[in-house]
Amino acid sequence: MIRACALTDLPPGEAVRIVGPHAPIAVFNADGTLYAIDDTCTHQDASLSEGWLEGCLVECPLHAASFDLRTGEPTCLPAKRPVRTYPVRVEDGEVYVDVEVNRDVA
Amino acid sequence: MRTIAIIGASLAGLRSAQALRRQGFDGRVVVVGDEVHLPYDRPPLSKDFLLGKCEAVPLADQEDLDELGAEWRLGVRATGLSAGEVSLSDGTTVAADGFVIATGGVARTMPGTHVLRTLDDATRLRDAFAGAQHVGIIGAGFIGAEIASSARALGKEVTVVEALPTPLTRVLGPEMGAACGQLHGDHGSTLITGVNVESVNVDGGIKLADGRLVGADVVVAGIGARPATDWLAGGPVDLNNGVACDAGGVTNLRNVVAVGDVANCAGHRAEHWTSATEQAQVAVRNLLAGETVATHANGGYVWSDQYGVRIQFAGRATNVVRVEDGSIEDRKFVATYRDDRDEDAVVGVLAMSNARLFTRFRRDLR
Repeated sequence: MIRACALTDLPPGEAVRIVGPHAPIAVFNADGTLYAIDDTCTHQDASLSEGWLEGCLVECPLHAASFDLRTGEPTCLPAKRPVRTYPVRVEDGEVYVDVEVNRDVA
Repeated sequence: MRTIAIIGASLAGLRSAQALRRQGFDGRVVVVGDEVHLPYDRPPLSKDFLLGKCEAVPLADQEDLDELGAEWRLGVRATGLSAGEVSLSDGTTVAADGFVIATGGVARTMPGTHVLRTLDDATRLRDAFAGAQHVGIIGAGFIGAEIASSARALGKEVTVVEALPTPLTRVLGPEMGAACGQLHGDHGSTLITGVNVESVNVDGGIKLADGRLVGADVVVAGIGARPATDWLAGGPVDLNNGVACDAGGVTNLRNVVAVGDVANCAGHRAEHWTSATEQAQVAVRNLLAGETVATHANGGYVWSDQYGVRIQFAGRATNVVRVEDGSIEDRKFVATYRDDRDEDAVVGVLAMSNARLFTRFRRDLR
């Protein structure tokens, strides 16, 4: 588990990008529910944490590919491959992401 | 409809074929392309491709192509369109009930220069760069600036010549055009503005109208493109700065639609990656419906990656510009364009390296 941020730094509608030894990860607060996915769009190099969040979908800021935060699956072109998803946990007001779980997937 | 012919096998053509299938058309789809290549993505050509960081980026992999089940007639040009059939440069014809015109644009050129539009152009330019020390670029629009940026990254001496006093004025207005133009100097390229090019010498140098000479081993023209409509001249489809069509991409013939750079939709011809995709969905719907049942909004979204800066623009530029966040000096900002008569109305947005805030403002434009 890695610490992403304080929960207070991630209000509804916002996202944070976390970097480290793992691939960059974006953590979203979608109307109170937290989701973590790979930050880099599977279409071309762009940061999904900078994208537009609507419900459980995030739209890539560069070419408008859209991903379902719950599954990581793209919902429209130009993206064709899913992003990885990661479990998120909140403990004592801190947001943690389990980067181990999906490390070797995809 | 049993057969639909798509003329043009790049982004707009491919997206049209995909839209046909997604919208339930299970008849025959024939895609004609004058390049020998299957659809590939053009934006990387001026960037990672020139840098040798990537090869052609396919827009569809084998699985996509299998799923599409289209017939590809590649390496042949369409030479004419008449009632019910399109004739090809190899002497054959394709009979169809519906047609999607997606022939794109042709790069404007000057004698002695490279252009960058197709994969083959990019391959030639990449080869030419290998032996060059000084690259001259005519035109400081987005394509010229991206090529300049790539040439700098490859360690070339770069001179960019622009006829306008300020680059990108027509797209972004003078203030923001100047902001983009400054990126050249920031990164060691020389930008010369407000002067026309008289000629390009055989050895590659550029002779300017004021008599100055710009040394260059390789010269690239990034001076725009014209719609690829030569093959339609004298035919039944109305032309007017491209293929004349309504806001739904429908031409004067109900069974012929136009998409992408070649389409002049309700008086506006967009030459953008995003509009090609958006137009395809709508035009195909109208083609299948046999009338205009949907129209597309022209979002006017473009992006350009140059000198490590991501420029994004949407909407339209006006004379009233406000920097909303960041600063031009930092090359990281978001600016909005306000309606000339109502300064509270945001009609355009431009960002340098701030995709997050750009997206917010862009959403509000919709």
